[in-house]
Amino acid sequence: MGNSLEPGNIPAVNFYPLGDAAIILEFGDHINRLTHQHIQATTEFLDQHPFPGLVEYVPAFTTLTIFYDPWIVSQRGSRNPYDAVMAYLAEMPYFEESSPEKSELKAIEIPVCYGGKFGPDLLYVANLHGLKPKDIIKLHTQTTYLVYMIGFAPGFPFLGGMNPAIAAPRKDKPRPRVPAGSVGIAGKQTGVYPIQTPGGWQLIGQTPLLLFNPHRDRPSLLQPGDQVQFVAITEKQFTKKKEATHEH
Amino acid sequence: MSIKIMGSGLLTTIQDAGRFGYRKEGIIVSGPMDAVALRIANLLVGNEERAAALETTFLGPKIYFEADHLLAITGGDLTPMLNGEKVKMWRPIRVSAGSLLQFSAPKQGSRAYVAISGSFTLPKVLGSYATFLRANIGGFQGRALQVGDELICPGATSVGEQMLQNLAYKPSIGGFGQTSWTIPPRLLPALQTRSTVRVLKGPEYAWFTQASQEAFWNQEFIVTTDSDRMGYRLQGEPLRLQEPQEMISSAVAFGTIQVPPEGHPIALLADHQTTGGYPRIGQVITADFSTLAQVPMGQKICFREVTLPEAHFLYIQQEQQMQAIKQAIGYKVRF
Repeated sequence: MGNSLEPGNIPAVNFYPLGDAAIILEFGDHINRLTHQHIQATTEFLDQHPFPGLVEYVPAFTTLTIFYDPWIVSQRGSRNPYDAVMAYLAEMPYFEESSPEKSELKAIEIPVCYGGKFGPDLLYVANLHGLKPKDIIKLHTQTTYLVYMIGFAPGFPFLGGMNPAIAAPRKDKPRPRVPAGSVGIAGKQTGVYPIQTPGGWQLIGQTPLLLFNPHRDRPSLLQPGDQVQFVAITEKQFTKKKEATHEH
Repeated sequence: MSIKIMGSGLLTTIQDAGRFGYRKEGIIVSGPMDAVALRIANLLVGNEERAAALETTFLGPKIYFEADHLLAITGGDLTPMLNGEKVKMWRPIRVSAGSLLQFSAPKQGSRAYVAISGSFTLPKVLGSYATFLRANIGGFQGRALQVGDELICPGATSVGEQMLQNLAYKPSIGGFGQTSWTIPPRLLPALQTRSTVRVLKGPEYAWFTQASQEAFWNQEFIVTTDSDRMGYRLQGEPLRLQEPQEMISSAVAFGTIQVPPEGHPIALLADHQTTGGYPRIGQVITADFSTLAQVPMGQKICFREVTLPEAHFLYIQQEQQMQAIKQAIGYKVRF
């Protein structure tokens, strides 16, 4: 099933349908920055050159899923919808260098109050590695993370680049309510819960920032391709920032 | 003009065609479970077909009309009654001020749609009126309707106004008048208690054992009672992978059938999350979304394989029928 394009020294892109109204473009089978950059370049191209019948797309770690309206794409049934979308996709320059590398841009700072009531699992993560809580905070704030994808909940970023020395398994039993803003660790991943939801990640802190705000033009604070830097703050700073963000 | 909720029913929400363009930000589409029924309900009252209407689930709500209104009820037959009398579905209805709409025992399907000409005066959130319950946005204050809620209606559209006038000449029994014409049954989505839904193989279909692949097509699954707008949890012989394999999270869609490690499939519906990490064994075709969404909890469902060209043919046929319905309604209004 599916087709693929084989351009010289760049990994092949595999295409296969997700039902009758979406096509998955698979840019490889490993999570890495190069794959991510190709996906980013493709979404940027689609933003600039949307085809008639393009509904929207969802970038993930190794795939870009393009949703289309078969009725419009097929020009009201006068041609095969899948072939029509494939014809558009075949014209896309997948392998051009990604536009200005976002890595040169400044990382978005996410202030986090670690431990205590904001990070009830910080001590667990520290004990797991025979470290002190302040070491976990240090290791968590040292890295610049890459937003690979947004999924699970509105504005929930899947961040890559965490130091494996602080990795921790998911909780056996998910918490029924994880507060909005909670910063968690699951395996080698770290992320932030934008809204209150059930969740099984180990919570090490909380940010006063709103990661999801439906009244903003771009409701998600973070977008795939963004760089993120966590910065430790005190409880006092947390309260002050929280009041400031929620005032308007 | 407004309508008042006197009884909430099991789950009554405002839905329009859905919130598109934000899945890349993790924001779900929401929208109707049975999109065909919502669109037809809107067309029948002269609304734009994507307009906001009420989606009621299994046990319907009680709604009081403060003024005269044009409405239409479509979808599953949850036994709608106006002022104590049975009222017909799939046609325009004129109700007089002071009328009460309620529902009785569900007879067929599980979701009904109530569209009111001119729709509702509500704020749009991210371009849509659809209620997204978990994030508390859209619809009426981001939540399901409750007793005491009052929905403001701006009044009938010009086409709706024309239909109201046409209906004014019909004898009105029990405070309402309805047209004698309706949507031809052959154009209506299938409403059955034992449903066969047509499915395309999913991207990870080949990961499953041959026995599980066969079981997927041959067995009946029961839609369990812990199902909701996010997905149907299906009970049957568990489906197994040939070997344990971790999937890298990727997009899912309405109708994606994913299989968690315990082997019981979940068919995703209107409130499905944007991405998932479970193997996708199948994908329900778009033309059968309404059939899928109307299967009541506790009932059986089975899957039949089709090819992509067949799925596209059926989708295009459904859209052509929708165009035919649109034209037929336009014709009825003019003459």
